[in-house]
Amino acid sequence: MKHRHPVLPRASIRAFPAWTPWLFLTPFLVVFTLFTLWPLTRSLTLSFQQTFGPGASRYVGLGNFQFLLQDPLFWKATRNTLIFTVASVALQVPLALGLALLLNRPGLRGRAFLRLVFFSPSLVGLVFVGMLFALVFEKRTGLLNTLLHTVIPAFDPDFGWLHSSILTSLVLAALWLYVGLNMVYFLAALQNVPADLIEAASIDGATAWQRFRHIVLPEIKPVAGLVVLLSIVGSFQLFELPWVLLDNSSGPDNGGLTLVMYLYQTGFLTGDLGYASAIGWVITLVLVTLALLHRRIMRRSE
Amino acid sequence: MKLRLHRFALIGVHVLLAGFALLMLLPFVWMLTASLKTKLDFFESLFFPGGNGLFGVAWDRLTLENYRRLGSELAVPRAMLNSVFLASVTSLGATLTAAMGGYALAKFSFPGREWLTSLVVSALIIPAPLLLAPGYQVLFQLNLLDSYAGLFLPALAPPFGVFLFRQAMLHSVPAELIEAARIDGAGEIRIFFALVLPLVRPMIGAFLLITFLGVWNNFIQPQVVLQSPERLPLSVAINSLRGIYGADYGLIMAGTLVSIAPVMCLFLLLQKEFISGLTQGAVKG
Repeated sequence: MKHRHPVLPRASIRAFPAWTPWLFLTPFLVVFTLFTLWPLTRSLTLSFQQTFGPGASRYVGLGNFQFLLQDPLFWKATRNTLIFTVASVALQVPLALGLALLLNRPGLRGRAFLRLVFFSPSLVGLVFVGMLFALVFEKRTGLLNTLLHTVIPAFDPDFGWLHSSILTSLVLAALWLYVGLNMVYFLAALQNVPADLIEAASIDGATAWQRFRHIVLPEIKPVAGLVVLLSIVGSFQLFELPWVLLDNSSGPDNGGLTLVMYLYQTGFLTGDLGYASAIGWVITLVLVTLALLHRRIMRRSE
Repeated sequence: MKLRLHRFALIGVHVLLAGFALLMLLPFVWMLTASLKTKLDFFESLFFPGGNGLFGVAWDRLTLENYRRLGSELAVPRAMLNSVFLASVTSLGATLTAAMGGYALAKFSFPGREWLTSLVVSALIIPAPLLLAPGYQVLFQLNLLDSYAGLFLPALAPPFGVFLFRQAMLHSVPAELIEAARIDGAGEIRIFFALVLPLVRPMIGAFLLITFLGVWNNFIQPQVVLQSPERLPLSVAINSLRGIYGADYGLIMAGTLVSIAPVMCLFLLLQKEFISGLTQGAVKG
């Protein structure tokens, strides 16, 4: 196709000096090379080294990865991250979709306001959510326990969320934070569903479930896939929320230790940037695999 | 019959959504009231202290003392200025480099364009934690640790931004317009600033806000790169309040509120651009 009419496009291309695109690309390319590509290659060499701060290192071959496999803290972090990811996605995606469906109902009043209310927590940074929810989850004086105790008098107001159920607390805080954001994605997709198609189906006697299953769902499938992927990617990088929530620690018995938190601890508190890079590669490998899998599933369903 | 059922269902939907909205707002309200109370009142009442005033609230027991202390005793105003400075400079710089890069990839045909575009797209998948440790080492080697340049410079190459601007320019900048300007003798740089940028104004607003929010809320990067207390942004400074004033809940809630209020206001001003920018890539593909 491209080469069928070589004369016309060529003439217009010649109208700009050849260096123009490079002029516009230079700032990006220089910074990208210096602060993304160079660290990226660095992370490869680093993952075969043990370091003592940023200046001193020694080569350990595959030692870091071998050590990872039998490092109980790494497995604890993996376990916590996986539980959080699965629980978070399983709770968040249906709830966000449900909210979007309700909000998309014709005849609803105050739609813009409700959307704003649901979305507003996702503007709050993870650190600040951590600060706020550390007090919300507080024993006795916290918002959650006081409310639960008022509604269910049998509930013990001294229940320590951040001691006995750290992962549940994390899932709850993340739900408050992100459900509105995910809802906005679904809402945007729902607005693309042709309204006359739904109307025609309901005149033909299709039930609400049938309309959802056969008209709405196929239309929002790509966005649903994207929301799931983005939720998993975000969950796998969880660090600030538990770190701040647990007062700059991994919590009692490392109950709130996540993979990125372990990366931070080994790299910047212990000073072994090599081991931290090895953890980084494990996280990357998982996420790249998931992204490729996602692409394959999405292609197949098209 | 069917219509009445429909009516009841609609009322149910309103009640359900209103209840959920209330739940979402409760933490904000709780934080606001906590920040206005003395230490003693924090423990005695959940929201407002009870009394004989209007609505059964002891309004006269509310105090701005926590905010006064944030302003006078602590380094919070300084940290706020740092955050405003860092977030503004970074978002302006990153938006400019991203728009320039996106323009080059969308509107010029040159050898290496396809290759560069796929490089940008593949860079989207690199998770930030992977670059944390090696990025720190690079900053160390470039002697940029504990400086704003160490935070600002790496943020100037956002692959996500280049990609967003490329998409926006493919859709809303007609090639004929650029060619016409060239025939009229306009320079390439003038074409970019005077003709192309105004055409992608919504994307500029969205990306400015996305970057501003990202920098304002970023914690791990400044925590790792900066050491001097006077350089710390709000995210790091507020988090360290808890170590010193652990049981001073009102003060901590005031500090948290002050940290999230500016971005909330900014969002309210720019919300249309922001949401359309966020969902554009997702829905239109």
